[in-house]
Amino acid sequence: MQSARFSRYAWMAVGPLALFLVWYAVHLAGLVTPKLLPSPVRTLQSVWTHTVSGGLGPDFGRTLWRTLQAFGIAAAFGVPIGIVIGASEKLYRSIEFLIDFFRSTPATAMFPLFMIIFGLGDFSKIAVAAFAAWLVVLFNVAYGVMNARQTRILAAKVMGASRARIFKDVMFYECLPQTFVGLRTAVSLALVVIVVAEMFIGSDDGLGKRIIDSQITFDLPQLYGTILVSGILGYGLNLIFLGLEKWLVHWSGRA
Amino acid sequence: MIKAQRQRPVEAPEVASYPDLRWFPPGTHITVRGLKKAFDGNPVYVGFDIDLPKGRIVSVFGPNGCGKSTFINMVAGLLPIDDGQILFEGKTIADTRIGYVFQNYREALFPWLRAVDNIHYPLRLMGIPKAERDRRIEELVAGFDLKFDLHRYPYQMSGGQQQTVSIMRSLVIEPEVLFLDEPFSALDYEMTLIMRDQLQKVLVARGVTTVLVSHDLEEAVYLADKVLMLTRRPSRIADYMDVDLPRPRDPSTLTDPRFIELKARTLEVFQNAVRAS
Ligand SMILES: Nc1ncnc2c1ncn2[C@@H]1O[C@H](COP(=O)(O)OP(=O)(O)OP(=O)(O)O)[C@@H](O)[C@H]1O
Ligand SMILES: [Mg+2]
Repeated sequence: MQSARFSRYAWMAVGPLALFLVWYAVHLAGLVTPKLLPSPVRTLQSVWTHTVSGGLGPDFGRTLWRTLQAFGIAAAFGVPIGIVIGASEKLYRSIEFLIDFFRSTPATAMFPLFMIIFGLGDFSKIAVAAFAAWLVVLFNVAYGVMNARQTRILAAKVMGASRARIFKDVMFYECLPQTFVGLRTAVSLALVVIVVAEMFIGSDDGLGKRIIDSQITFDLPQLYGTILVSGILGYGLNLIFLGLEKWLVHWSGRA
Repeated sequence: MIKAQRQRPVEAPEVASYPDLRWFPPGTHITVRGLKKAFDGNPVYVGFDIDLPKGRIVSVFGPNGCGKSTFINMVAGLLPIDDGQILFEGKTIADTRIGYVFQNYREALFPWLRAVDNIHYPLRLMGIPKAERDRRIEELVAGFDLKFDLHRYPYQMSGGQQQTVSIMRSLVIEPEVLFLDEPFSALDYEMTLIMRDQLQKVLVARGVTTVLVSHDLEEAVYLADKVLMLTRRPSRIADYMDVDLPRPRDPSTLTDPRFIELKARTLEVFQNAVRAS
């Protein structure tokens, strides 16, 4: 068992290590000009120095905080409204098109509009991200409610559960797996929109701002490093949500 | 999908103010009169009458799609009726405590609750305090010989164990009537044999009025005090046969000449009913 687990982790390390080595080899062989592709060691050094000098940490924190705010708004409005919409087939049908339409509209296309409405401050960035994430939550929750197992609802009914009890005791849990799919997608989407917003809606801080600054000053180690850190943030958020899901929705996919 | 509805279009029992004893022959629990049901204009029941005896097990048997599930769902109040009357010793379904065991146990239990909490659930709905709930469950468990842990989640259990939990959940409220729609059809043969005996033991001990839909003729006869055989839709009674085999029945019953005779008769009725329409 021990060695099986070890070999699992060992295999998981193969891909990243290989990428690192290929990157290094390409750099050493001079296949790409070092101006465009700094060595991975230089890149990691840049991440280290910017972390130590104190700039990167706060930027990371700002982006994370904005993402969480956007996500919080999306979840707070998406879950209850999604339940209401999913519970009524007529209501869902009547706004299905709108949800699909705005879900398919690139959130970035909304930037100017949100800037006009909410100004240039932080809130307009958070609002765009929240809007995009909200639609994802809404859609998934409604879908989960609509696809609740009828047998379970009937079982509760036959045991004498009131409509309110059925909602609280059955519907809520029935749509939880799909809700988590929505929340996980939403947090990733919120991060994407926030980073883009930090780049293009004037911002004083955040990973997006740092990336744009590195591009302008042609500081490629910092550019690569910040991309790497953004990736770590996105991956970490996803991992946390997967863990939460596994813990809170333990029956997902098994029943 | 079945749309459930608790209220049914039945007037408050006039029978109560004008007692009509013809409707309540002694020993009868459920009276069905003039039952009508159609789906999208296709009739399934066109004026169906039957009496189901109190404290006995009635098996419902008939060809596929003849309306067995429709029948027990209407009697159990899960499906609205078009016309007619269904009374439980003069009461409506709303005043009757019932249990229902679904064919698809995987979709009937709540996977977010442990098995034991699934059994607690109907008692919690009734507002019974924890100590009393524990006592009742303990008593119930004693009647079953369980060889598994009720503190596991349903998805950690075998099909037979899950269906046992379903049956326990339906019995814990001490129902006046228990409905089972093909409860064992998703289990393998060995498990089915075990479950039949388990169910027979508990039902006979508790004397609960039971309506069991089965697509297995052997099972229908083995478990029942009466076998209700239906024709193709629109459903009529093909036969309503008494099964006078002594209880408890056990696997040796299956080879009893009387059992074989009864089974042969039901098979004949079934074949005639299918051929007739
Ligand atoms: N909700 C529904 N809408 C339309 N038709 C229905 C509905 N429910 C049942 N029916 C039809 O009514 C008839 C009786 O259905 P029912 O499910 O009661 O049959 P059954 O005897 O239980 O069959 P089976 O042996 O397959 O379980 C079938 O022909 C079925 O197609
Ligand atoms: Mg059926």
